Amino acid sequence: MSHGPSAPAHAAPAHHDHAPYEPVFTAGSARSKELADLITRYPDKRAGLLPALWMVQQDRGWISEDAMREVGDQLGVTAAYVKGVVTFYTMYHQHPVGQHFIQVCTTSPCLCAGADEVVNAFLEHTGCKELGLTSPDGKYTVIEVECLGACGFATPVQINDEYVESVTPAKVPEILANLK
Amino acid sequence: MGYPHKSHPRETPVLSKHFGDPEARTLDGWKARGGYKALQQALAMEPTAIVDVVKASGLRGRGGAGFPTGLKWSFMKLGDGKPHYLCCNADESEPGTFKDREIMRWTPHALIEGCAIGAYAIGAETAYIYVRGEFTEPIKRLEDALVEARAAGIIGKNAMGSGKTIDVWVHRGAGAYICGEETALMNSLEGKRGNPRIKPPFPAVSGLFGQPTTINNVETLAAVPHILNNGAEWYKAMCLSSPKSNGSKLFSVCGNVSRPGNYEVVMGFSFKEFLYDLCGGPPPGRRFKALIPGGSSVPVITIEEAETVKMDYEGFMEVGTMLGSGGVIIFDDAQSMPRQLARLSRFYAHESCAQCTQCREGTAWMTKILERIVAGQGTYEDLDTIFDLAENMTGKTICVLSDSCAAPVTSGINKFRGEFEALIKGKRTSTVTVGV
Repeated sequence: MSHGPSAPAHAAPAHHDHAPYEPVFTAGSARSKELADLITRYPDKRAGLLPALWMVQQDRGWISEDAMREVGDQLGVTAAYVKGVVTFYTMYHQHPVGQHFIQVCTTSPCLCAGADEVVNAFLEHTGCKELGLTSPDGKYTVIEVECLGACGFATPVQINDEYVESVTPAKVPEILANLK
Repeated sequence: MGYPHKSHPRETPVLSKHFGDPEARTLDGWKARGGYKALQQALAMEPTAIVDVVKASGLRGRGGAGFPTGLKWSFMKLGDGKPHYLCCNADESEPGTFKDREIMRWTPHALIEGCAIGAYAIGAETAYIYVRGEFTEPIKRLEDALVEARAAGIIGKNAMGSGKTIDVWVHRGAGAYICGEETALMNSLEGKRGNPRIKPPFPAVSGLFGQPTTINNVETLAAVPHILNNGAEWYKAMCLSSPKSNGSKLFSVCGNVSRPGNYEVVMGFSFKEFLYDLCGGPPPGRRFKALIPGGSSVPVITIEEAETVKMDYEGFMEVGTMLGSGGVIIFDDAQSMPRQLARLSRFYAHESCAQCTQCREGTAWMTKILERIVAGQGTYEDLDTIFDLAENMTGKTICVLSDSCAAPVTSGINKFRGEFEALIKGKRTSTVTVGV
């Protein structure tokens, strides 16, 4: 995998790196039970790895090395193994990202629709200096993403878990205003 | 019902009949539209009899390869004492393709019913629907529908009172185009990096968790209940050209076109009528120039070639391309083909899993060279180098990702060489580039 859309290291606010790690799957917690239930769907508990990483990212916003160790302990694999998997998939954040993680599709069909201009509009209106860098207020991170699978609704933009379809540069300020 | 456009009278809505109708998403709504009758019928049949019906229908894989579905199912040896698995490939990531997303968003029960029938037919008690991680809404729709289906006893330990166990689960991916390749999908589901596996062994022998496995695309499985309800002959008869291609097919249309969206037509439909009538032709004042008709991994064709095509597996092959996933990407005369192909090449370079040297290096170098040409820094030798690279990227790797990068690029250069040479000569492209 070449460069995934995770924010580069220098985009990470420093305080996140040194905060003490709070485990996600503490004994008796809802997450712990959720994971235990989930792995019964599979003959090998390792299949719970991608779902467990999603739980971590939903709760913590990103997946730290401590979290990789914790997930590995839960599923009987090493932290190094988990890191190998995390780094393969582009949606797992290896660094903290802005409160609103904005992914603009710029693959060919969207390029036809002027996706480049949509990217520029998001950069301009969020105050993000460049792709992958979080805005100074910590609110936004903007990246280009490969095909979101909504090519008939160009340009689709994924903001955290939500798709916004048929985005044009003119719609960007309103989309951002609705996020607040 | 069409979505997002209104259904065109020349469409044949089977899978898309309820797109845009929120009531079809619920269990009650789905049952009121004939849902789960096919599963009930299937559970009273012998698994081999279901396989025979699907074989007789002529249904072929809708994910891109077009492999006969019934034949694929028949590779699963029933009664071998091993657990069998069905995987539904919902990792729809092929640029230009967005049909499975609509099936899952609007008719999640159709897919669940198809999965349950498929699982029973291949002797599996468990089906996993592997959905790309970005598809949060389709995942939500499927999860909601599965909760309803489980609560109603349609799936689970005693599916529809048959005494048979059929579990269906959604498994969320995490952003990797390559996981749409069947063996990469299985690795990913197992909690591994999504690297494709060397074949053989094929999935029917050793697939998910090392057990016999069948992988089918969303659209393929969603068609199965209709085939059981209406009969193999009904499906077989939906055919306008080649007898080897039957049924209705969803085509996703995007790029420079008046009415982008999903359209469902019978196999063998006239591509010319499809493009100009159903899809409304090019945007005002423009002219269609080129198309990639089957998702971005198939060769580029010119509009002149496209106008002669009958829309089925054989028809697209006649003009040197493929039906693929049915994702039609259209470029009009305002688009620069070198720029578009450089962007596509970048997609493949980004998505290469990097196991095979030919792919890891080939896609990266092809992208660098194409971007150099687009930037006005190219040489004539660069075009030769691209063809040399393409030869080394084709048929030499574990999966076909690098072939999929080479195909649109080389065909695009062959058909629009003038645009590349104009850039190399330092002249402006023959066409204006939009969006720069």
